[in-house]
Amino acid sequence: MAKLTLKVNGTAREVETDDPDTPLLYVLRNDLALTGTHFGCGLAQCGACTVLVDGRAVRSCIAPARSVAGSEVVTIEGLGSPERPDPLQAAFIAEQAAQCGYCTAGMVMSARALLARTPRPTEPQVREALAGNLCRCGSHARVIRAVLRASGRTPGAR
Amino acid sequence: MAARLSRRAFLATGLAAGGALIVRLGGDGLGAVAPAHAQSIPDADRFLGKSLTPDAVDSYLAVRGDGTVTIFVGRVDLGTGSRIAIRQMVGEELDLAPDRIAMIEGDTALTPNQGGTGGSYGVARGGVQIRRAAATARQALLGMAATRLGRPAAELELADGVVRARDGAGSVAFGELIGGRTFDLKIDAQAPLKPHDRFRFIGQSLPRPDVPEKVTGHHRYLQDLVLPSMLHARVIHPPALGATLESVDESSIAGVGGARVVRVQSFLAVVAEREWDALRAARAIKAQWSGGPGLTDHAHEFDLMRAGKIERDQEVAKRGDLSGLTAPPAGTRTLSASYRWPMQTHGSIGPSCGVADVRADRVTVWSSSQNVHGLQNTFARVLGVDRAKVRVIYLDGAGSYGANGADDAALEALLLSRAVGRPVRVQWSRQEEHGLDPKGPAQMLDLRAAVDKDGEIAAWETQAWLPIATANLPNIPLISLDSAGIAQTQGRSTGLIYQNIDPPYTMANLNAVVHWVADAPLRTSPLRAPGKIANTFAVESFTDEIAALTRVDPLEFRLRRLTNPRGIEVLRKVAARMGWQPRPSPRRVDRRAAAVMTGRGLAYVHYKHEETIVAMGMEVAVERATGRIRVTRVVAAQDCGLVINPDCVRAQLEGNILQTLSRALHEEIAYDRDRVTTVDWASYPILTFPEVPRLELEVIQRLDQPPLGAGEAASTPVGAALANAVFDATGVRLRTIPFRPERVKAALAGPGGAGRG
Repeated sequence: MAKLTLKVNGTAREVETDDPDTPLLYVLRNDLALTGTHFGCGLAQCGACTVLVDGRAVRSCIAPARSVAGSEVVTIEGLGSPERPDPLQAAFIAEQAAQCGYCTAGMVMSARALLARTPRPTEPQVREALAGNLCRCGSHARVIRAVLRASGRTPGAR
Repeated sequence: MAARLSRRAFLATGLAAGGALIVRLGGDGLGAVAPAHAQSIPDADRFLGKSLTPDAVDSYLAVRGDGTVTIFVGRVDLGTGSRIAIRQMVGEELDLAPDRIAMIEGDTALTPNQGGTGGSYGVARGGVQIRRAAATARQALLGMAATRLGRPAAELELADGVVRARDGAGSVAFGELIGGRTFDLKIDAQAPLKPHDRFRFIGQSLPRPDVPEKVTGHHRYLQDLVLPSMLHARVIHPPALGATLESVDESSIAGVGGARVVRVQSFLAVVAEREWDALRAARAIKAQWSGGPGLTDHAHEFDLMRAGKIERDQEVAKRGDLSGLTAPPAGTRTLSASYRWPMQTHGSIGPSCGVADVRADRVTVWSSSQNVHGLQNTFARVLGVDRAKVRVIYLDGAGSYGANGADDAALEALLLSRAVGRPVRVQWSRQEEHGLDPKGPAQMLDLRAAVDKDGEIAAWETQAWLPIATANLPNIPLISLDSAGIAQTQGRSTGLIYQNIDPPYTMANLNAVVHWVADAPLRTSPLRAPGKIANTFAVESFTDEIAALTRVDPLEFRLRRLTNPRGIEVLRKVAARMGWQPRPSPRRVDRRAAAVMTGRGLAYVHYKHEETIVAMGMEVAVERATGRIRVTRVVAAQDCGLVINPDCVRAQLEGNILQTLSRALHEEIAYDRDRVTTVDWASYPILTFPEVPRLELEVIQRLDQPPLGAGEAASTPVGAALANAVFDATGVRLRTIPFRPERVKAALAGPGGAGRG
């Protein structure tokens, strides 16, 4: 067992792993009990597992945990809570931008990375930033509106 | 609207389960116990032993001593919003704010069997049933209060948890009247429902209670469930479907984190304390397999359907005769076309999961199954125990739209927990979900019509080739029961896939017949609006073809043949919103020079000919060089009767449109002789954010009508609206789904694609 120290949601967390290639996703979910980050494909194709690593959107299902040692990892739980959602999450709630919600956390994290580098994105920029996040229920239109709302733009009339 | 829901009513602090169970915490700083499984409440087990019979008020509703109301709902919320809508319906009858109503879903020990979740019936049947129970309870509360207060019931009213005299002289709380006791009443179908002019909650877009948790990562999905001493498992499904396990080399996983092999005949799995170790062991394990029945040739799937054994024919609709087709009089024109919809997957974003705890005296299984009561029966039979000893509890998974792999994963967890004597969690991979979930079957429809010299439809014939479902199948056959050598009823499940093969339009001579095909290449199950997406694609595309042949505007063509005023209204609403200018399709333009061709299309459905009505218009741009279709705008109007929660219904409309656009543009399951080969999102692409069109939707509120269901109907006109718009733009008729660029490009290069019109 090797010890690995990760900085997650602003807190240093120590985990033990006997496989240096353990993906970050399994460390988050099973060692740190941060289950808001979801397993969707394990292939970096769907975006359900997206977290921020030093502000960039990263697919935690393929990123080895050791590769983020020394970096700032932020998961969906690091943004806000149901009682105190951060502004982006509040915009998702206002737009009711989730059905089953399984893919939602990954979309919030991708959108968060977008807004960090482009605070007032255009609608095409929002769509492009979310192009790697798949949704099966068909919440896309609401998600786009939520991200625009969070950026201070008024989404168009429905 | 004052009743913006507080979250408190929905926050539970534990999990209803068969015993003392602590769900491990997810999220920093939340304390020792996780917040809600919104599908249940913290102390749900206090209700164990309650009534479950479908006709009893107590099966659906309980009033506790403190006056709080708990409802028990057999049909579950898959992200559709019934979790709030059903509370609104009950709250209406009890005059109680929905956030004061606790709700337990899909727990065989606590919720009555209302049938599986599906068919757009969550609200339309499940909710209506519970509303009747609440209306019966309301009458009982009025009667009890009349005795207590010494006033005639007619002078009393319910208000926010009390029954009070209308003149203000006296009141008594629900809890005092019935708290902790049972109603002991059958549901009274005659109990008056609250008239719609007094609605407080029905018709309001109250926010869904589960959205804040889902958006913040605090919602507990089935996949997040952790039980004390639980093992993680991966099942080693055979490399060829149905293959036999010859041998397994247990040493091949020695040293992989303590993982070990579990084998029951050809059912093979690895279990480990840590999930990643189970996954590594599944990758490392060496096993020898032989045989497998061998699949048919995917390239000839539709030819094989046509040539295959037909179990029987079924006449779905017949009136008049088809002499217009068989012996057409002079001046009659005939046309025929064949439409094909391929096999597709449910495509759940989260692969299926199951958790089971098999003990000597009781069995508990947690599943995102849409049919927990069906699983309870199956599992009792598999284990040879009394049904009452088996409890199946629904927990949210990723959206499933029919029966995905959830039932299989639950069964696998059950088999493994029995084998190892500990709770077991089975998690499928992406490749397993795409490869093994039961599929929406392929469908083929041949249509013929005769059009007389006046442009009337003199005869219409639909012939549909559909795989036959097995009557009274207890559950979709589970793959690991076969591999474990456990007998089960074999057969096929599809849903009611023959509906809507006949057109909704006035015509004197019609024959619509299903040729029930004896088999299908892969296991099937209901997939959203089962069958009716493909059937409506065929019928509404063909309607457009007849309109084009007769050079009549597609809207006008439909309106002339509709008598249902509600159908006419949705079509007119869509046309008005689109700014529809009457003209025949395709557009009269010189396309030879056009790099991008634009057009519009229309489709209409009366779902199952008796439920929700939808009209849909679509605008597309088709790139000649690439064959890529860009859907730029979708306009829809829906009449689904009484709308309980307009925003939830709108979300279903959006989801139906976008999911089916994905299926129509992109999706097809392929397989070789051994297995499915489209096992990830690269080989089976779905709609992405940049492709999402502008949506302009209208939901008609019908306060004086029953609710008709919103979960499926709007998916059915999507394929035809798209095909009709592409035809309008290009003059080329696409009849085989999916409309991938290479197929469209080839069609554009073929006859009719050179700029006719």
